[in-house]
Amino acid sequence: MAAAQNSLPELRRIVGAGNVLTEKEDLIPYSFDGTAALRQMPGCVVFAINTEQVTATLKMANQAKIPVVTRGSGTGLSGGSLPVPDCLVLCLAKMDRILELDRANLTLLAEAGATTQAISDASTAASLFYPPDPGSMKISTIGGNVSENSGGLRGLKYGVTRNYVMGLEVVLANGEVLWTGNKCVKDVAGYSVKDLFIGSEGTLGVITKVLLKLIPKPAAKKTMVATFAQMDQAAQTVSDIIAAQIIPCTLEFLDRTTIRCVEDFAKVGLPLDCEALLLIETDGHPAAVAEEAARMEEIARKNSAVEVRVAKDDAEASRLATARRSAFSALARVSPTTILEDATVPRSELAKMIRFVAAVASKHRLRIGTFGHMGDGNLHPTFLTDERNQEEMRRVEEAFKEIFDEAIRLGGTITGEHGVGVAKKSFLPKFAGDTQMRVMREFRRTLDPSGILNPGKMFD
Amino acid sequence: MSSSSSHLKGLDYSVLQQCMHCGLCLPTCPTYDATKVERHSPRGRIALMRAVADDQMVMTKTFADEMYFCLGCLACMTACPAGVNYAELFEHARAEAEASGVLRSPKRNLIRAFAVRWLFMDLSRLQLAGRALRLYQQLGFQRLLRRSGVLNLLPRRLRELEAITPNIRPDFSAELILPVTPAVGQRKYRVAMLIGCAQDLIFSDINRDTVEVLARNGCEVITPPKQFCCGSLHAHNGERVLAQQLARKQLAQFPPDQFDAIITNAGGCGSHLKHYRSLLADDPVYRERAELWDRKVKDIHEWLVQIGISPPANAPPPQTVTYHESCHLSHGQKIVAQPRQILGSIPNLTLVELPESSWCCGSAGIYNLIQPEMAGQLLERKLKHIQSTGADIVATGNPGCLLQLINGAKQKGLNLRVIHPITLLAKAYRAGD
Repeated sequence: MAAAQNSLPELRRIVGAGNVLTEKEDLIPYSFDGTAALRQMPGCVVFAINTEQVTATLKMANQAKIPVVTRGSGTGLSGGSLPVPDCLVLCLAKMDRILELDRANLTLLAEAGATTQAISDASTAASLFYPPDPGSMKISTIGGNVSENSGGLRGLKYGVTRNYVMGLEVVLANGEVLWTGNKCVKDVAGYSVKDLFIGSEGTLGVITKVLLKLIPKPAAKKTMVATFAQMDQAAQTVSDIIAAQIIPCTLEFLDRTTIRCVEDFAKVGLPLDCEALLLIETDGHPAAVAEEAARMEEIARKNSAVEVRVAKDDAEASRLATARRSAFSALARVSPTTILEDATVPRSELAKMIRFVAAVASKHRLRIGTFGHMGDGNLHPTFLTDERNQEEMRRVEEAFKEIFDEAIRLGGTITGEHGVGVAKKSFLPKFAGDTQMRVMREFRRTLDPSGILNPGKMFD
Repeated sequence: MSSSSSHLKGLDYSVLQQCMHCGLCLPTCPTYDATKVERHSPRGRIALMRAVADDQMVMTKTFADEMYFCLGCLACMTACPAGVNYAELFEHARAEAEASGVLRSPKRNLIRAFAVRWLFMDLSRLQLAGRALRLYQQLGFQRLLRRSGVLNLLPRRLRELEAITPNIRPDFSAELILPVTPAVGQRKYRVAMLIGCAQDLIFSDINRDTVEVLARNGCEVITPPKQFCCGSLHAHNGERVLAQQLARKQLAQFPPDQFDAIITNAGGCGSHLKHYRSLLADDPVYRERAELWDRKVKDIHEWLVQIGISPPANAPPPQTVTYHESCHLSHGQKIVAQPRQILGSIPNLTLVELPESSWCCGSAGIYNLIQPEMAGQLLERKLKHIQSTGADIVATGNPGCLLQLINGAKQKGLNLRVIHPITLLAKAYRAGD
């Protein structure tokens, strides 16, 4: 493919010279995203500040056959916004306005570069609630969240990003602007095109605006930390809570290694002498919250919880959630390279999967920290390694292969919320099957016949 | 090029590799927030440092300029779950930039030779310069020149600098503070008082207040009249060797085993003073002493809360105060609660929380001198938040912040007093006398 170099004058005309970066010192910081051990230099970085500029940029790139990698804040964990050689990185971080908060319809319209935190804050200010809260929500962009269909700590009760997208503005590869969806709660006119773009990882179009559903803010919430001497007891507690038909908004677990790293950073008073910790949060009507909290505490104690501690106020609850969100990054305290995955299994298979992960780690002589969203079966086994140790990196790869195979065997998925990108590309065909792969390829070819959008990602 | 051009390569690689580029630092970085460009972010800068260490990139002027565009506010260190030691990376990167010579120019060389390598290496030189400046200000020359319009002939940048020249105090610390100040009542502790350099010239009254507050809380205070700069200016500006020299002088003057604590009232100095051990890691003679020193250095707020202060007995007139956190106090030393506790102990004082209280005010050492535009933006943002609190006093524990906010309030004509928390405490004690 032609290098982006020849098109620089045109790009500068479209977005202004200050919004095109080409110096080595400017490009190196865009040669990675949040994914470990992946690096690739782009040809240039372009900041668009409105849909018209995105349109003009894509028209030009499509004609010149320049690969385009769309990027928000670059916090992705599967290499989705990792550049491909000589590509044009289209960064939407400057398109960060919140355009409308519609209190009558409970919706929020934002540009793709608005951060998840800004959306959450704007909702809270209107006494409303935008539940999806991925770990990087302080800086992740809503465009990125939609493209990866991000999850978060509240997925169990409130679902993931997809459940809150009511409409999208998307610029197609040829520069055409498409609007899909609306403020109607019900809408069955035609295919649900917006759903095709959610989780499409920048391969089908460039999302420029997002219309989100907001919900009323729960009147009360209660946050608890339960600690256990054995991982199985924590897993059983989760199964028992679900079996008791309680759906708390958060049901997170951390293992011993992760607890230590998180406490080292966040200093929120987590106990360091236990094997597993559950962070439990229930929200809703005050009476329901009180009852659910009491029942869950009872279930935890029945499963030999060493301690059940209730957060004394909102500030402490929020400190605990923030601490949990830092888990992945905090694990970097123990080793230079932290490679995490997000294999997900049906909840009934959770205990089995956790035991399997531990066995694989010990079989391959690897250090591991495991945490994750236990309530929705979404695990984050994280290998603590060093990318310079190639022999160990091979064992890491081998271990992941076995974990993915087992997840599929148990009826699970290779990625619950991080996306395929390049990290899980090779596992997708086995997971999806031939027919589904063919259908996905046909979709992609139809929307991007020149193959300029995030080429090489998800599948070839 | 000197042998020290391998500063970054010489670092333990795990320090560079610790950054797993998750991006959680981005929203806390003032330069990223203002530009949305990754190069101006902590993880972007670390990527560049790593590229230099890995020979993926040679040292360039752009790299060096980027390191000086960083405020060094260390907000990223508070945000970083992985525990990246950005302070150390940043000092080495600037040192490597200086050693490589990519920034050299006759004017810059001259200023650095004068200020960093001469003036701030010996406080008697600085004091002499201070006296001269004071004469200029007191004898009416400043007013005369400002009125005459002669200053308009100066280049714009110099004119701007002249306008923000701080007022030099009539008396420096040595004239206000006895070498040994006895404890009021029973002596419980013996502490050393570091008078600082800028602090000594511009805020010697804060030093006096600090000693007074210490004495009232059972501390015998040792304040030698002749002291040295702590070396933070040097370390933060790529002169690690000079910083090491100054650290050794401090260690020689204040043997840490002879004091219960070594007190500083300047957030910026304290943040540097507590890291002599890593600065002198290769010095077999001073290394051990530096370790004890690091443990003994205490910010005044930290120390007072640690020993438990006696609250002022009588109430001063009511006052509404907001608190701005010095970056190197909050991010550098993680001292967040103590200044608020001290302000809270003053009767009749209403403390109003400042939005974004730990966001840099733009002072950042000498940043406001070398990056006036970004510093100005940050000052503007800070003043807006201060005004939103309705407080007519802003308290802050670092001379750089004090100066920046005083100048900002003056330029905007705000009815705002900028005061060190310890001065407010000292005044409250005096109200009971």
